[in-house]
Amino acid sequence: MKAGADDSAPWPVAPMSARPALRRLRPQGDGWLRAASLAAFLALWQLAAWLFASSTLPPPATVFTRIAAETASLALPTHLAITLARVAVAFGLAMALGATIGIAMGRWRRLDALLDGWLVLGLNIPALVTIILCYVWFGLNDAAAIVAVALNKIPTVVVTVREGARAVDARLMQVAHAYRLPRLRTFTRVYLPQLVPYLMAAARSGLSLIWKIVLVVELLGRSNGVGFQLNMFFQLFDIAGILAYTLVFAAVVLVVEAAVLRPLERRLTRWRS
Amino acid sequence: MLDIAIDRKTYPDRAGAPHLALAGLHLEAAPGEFVCVVGPSGCGKSTLLNVVGGLDRDVEGRVRLGGAPFADSTHDIGFMFQEPRLMPWLTVLENVLLVTDASAAAQRRARELLAAMGLADVLDAYPGRLSGGMQRRVALARAFVIEPKLLLMDEPFVSLDVPTANRLRAMLVEQWQRSGATVLFVTHDLREALALADRICFLSAAPGRVVLELPLALARPRAPDDAAVQALHAELLARHPELLAGLASDPDGTKDE
Repeated sequence: MKAGADDSAPWPVAPMSARPALRRLRPQGDGWLRAASLAAFLALWQLAAWLFASSTLPPPATVFTRIAAETASLALPTHLAITLARVAVAFGLAMALGATIGIAMGRWRRLDALLDGWLVLGLNIPALVTIILCYVWFGLNDAAAIVAVALNKIPTVVVTVREGARAVDARLMQVAHAYRLPRLRTFTRVYLPQLVPYLMAAARSGLSLIWKIVLVVELLGRSNGVGFQLNMFFQLFDIAGILAYTLVFAAVVLVVEAAVLRPLERRLTRWRS
Repeated sequence: MLDIAIDRKTYPDRAGAPHLALAGLHLEAAPGEFVCVVGPSGCGKSTLLNVVGGLDRDVEGRVRLGGAPFADSTHDIGFMFQEPRLMPWLTVLENVLLVTDASAAAQRRARELLAAMGLADVLDAYPGRLSGGMQRRVALARAFVIEPKLLLMDEPFVSLDVPTANRLRAMLVEQWQRSGATVLFVTHDLREALALADRICFLSAAPGRVVLELPLALARPRAPDDAAVQALHAELLARHPELLAGLASDPDGTKDE
């Protein structure tokens, strides 16, 4: 049976994405709820600091003063910038390589069979092992640090993008073929848009993973960056310092997510609304 | 002039065994001729179009257009599929422009075609917003925007209601007459073929080959429910009952499988 006349829905395109969650985040009406939630967090923190009255849990005011001091001395901005640069390079590398391999594996079954075992291996090697090995093999330098982070992320990008490449609509590809579209145009206007939800999912999960791994990499083998600073504070038992860096770092992550990733996704999936 | 000679065309069926879809099929069409290919379901009609359109090259035989076998560089074939197959992330205008170069002439042609099809108001809409009938009009504009020498149509108006399908057929005939393209139109609906074609080629059940050619001299414009079309339809059923057995089970002449 064919569908009824004039059914307006075109074929569905890859349903996988963070869209429902995204929609929930967007409405303006619950802005006060978010503010209240933040205030409640600070209040609980303050309360706990009072109750325990310990140097291991400084109150919010102490931490914010510390943030101001570290910012004024330029220590925090410097280390933060170094860490962000590492995150950006590792992220770009992991996305580019992971997407390329994922597309290739989704497209060619032989290649998929060939690399699938490696992929499972890559997914299951603990991040720490990759980091140690990279430092041992390539030396304690930035290149090794970035390679280590990228290697941790690439397998998950590959898996997500491969899923998208397998789900590519052959009927739309036939249109490109029937009209003899140039390869580049076929790729950018027919093929790639079908992968967008998968690429966005990989980017989001990738960013959250890479933040974390970069800190470990810095802690283990770099002499600057947020991870290095956290380690120093840990040696000195300087909890206010740890919390100050953590708060700023988390804030930056939130801003990147809200100011870059979400608007980008909205732009790319505009046609669905 | 379109010249198709397919000796053998097989494809693997679901079990993987080769299925002979077409064998000894010969079909010619003069420049500007509107040829309908009619046959029962599963006789290889779509396979034929895929071969002619170059989507399927695994075939023993040849297809020539204007005396030359066509290559990947052939840009003058339009193709309309059973579904509209628009890119949902491109607007109506972008969908039509997708298949052209970006020249000013192509832009103008695209806008004119879309306007002629009553789509001037939705140039910037995404296909998901449009009705099925409107989506087919966009697909029709996309097929004509390249000024095709050959237009391949694979049951492009199925699953539409009768008035919508008739309106699209009228648009198709109008654009075809204006463009001078050769049209190869596949359908299993004899009345639709009678309403559109200069000549009808009937395919046998698989493996498909042309078993009857029927030139039509009916005046245009015509519709599937015109008296002349109805009369010819009845006459054909009486004259070739065995040939058309697979096609007669469509009492109201328009389709909804």
